[in-house]
Amino acid sequence: MSIVPISYYLVLSAILFGLGIVAFVFKRNIVTIFMAIELMLNAVNLAFVAFARAHNQVDGLVFVFFVIVVAAAESAVGLAIIITVYQNRQTLNIERINLLKF
Amino acid sequence: MSLPFIVFFVCAFLAVLGALTLILAREPIHSALALILVMVSLAVLYLLLGAEFIAAVQVIVYAGAIMVLFVFVIMLLNAGLEERTDFSKLAKYAGLPLGMFLILFLAHWMARSLIGQQVANGLGGTNAPVSTRDLSAQLFQKYLFPFEATSILILIAILGALVLAKKDE
Repeated sequence: MSIVPISYYLVLSAILFGLGIVAFVFKRNIVTIFMAIELMLNAVNLAFVAFARAHNQVDGLVFVFFVIVVAAAESAVGLAIIITVYQNRQTLNIERINLLKF
Repeated sequence: MSLPFIVFFVCAFLAVLGALTLILAREPIHSALALILVMVSLAVLYLLLGAEFIAAVQVIVYAGAIMVLFVFVIMLLNAGLEERTDFSKLAKYAGLPLGMFLILFLAHWMARSLIGQQVANGLGGTNAPVSTRDLSAQLFQKYLFPFEATSILILIAILGALVLAKKDE
């Protein structure tokens, strides 16, 4: 009986986190950039669960739980901010939202 | 190839495919659907790791609630095609190699970090030693204060979202 090694999960987590960073940098739509943040949070969650399994500790799962709760709160507030920005600027393109740019 | 390996590789492939689609798709709604694919395949991986509760929460909260919120906002704002903008020369030529380097470096480092330890050799038994019962016991004993603090956090988030999204008079 062979079980998938923990390092496989960690490599997948790292790849997903890297792709999240790439999406965060490359995308131009503010909603999609927000999705990239969620992707990175998911990758971190996978690493947490893998480590929790490796050490047979429950604390990692508790942290994942808190990360999910905070992500839910964050996405609610963030999407409200995006709606407000759209109402004020009529665009979702991150390059046109340059009010704070010096 | 045993069944866990096949399940792992199928789900890992779907997750990476979804993440790539998130990057390459020009319609925001396609990116959102790709992200749902990533989240569902991660939920299957959580099941494979023996974390049933987290898998259920992942599907219900992430793929259910949060992504519905995203799709709803995309519909509300009528987000069309993403505009392509000119990259700077530096981003065009250095971005992709540096991004690949970052991904490979992270993967390499994370894979190496455990190799010296016995956990890299594979997991113990098939039965999950950490059950949902243990998780809830920890959550309501050791982590009771953070748990209560998150309820206040969510309350503040609800109020903040209401105030922000409210139409100005």
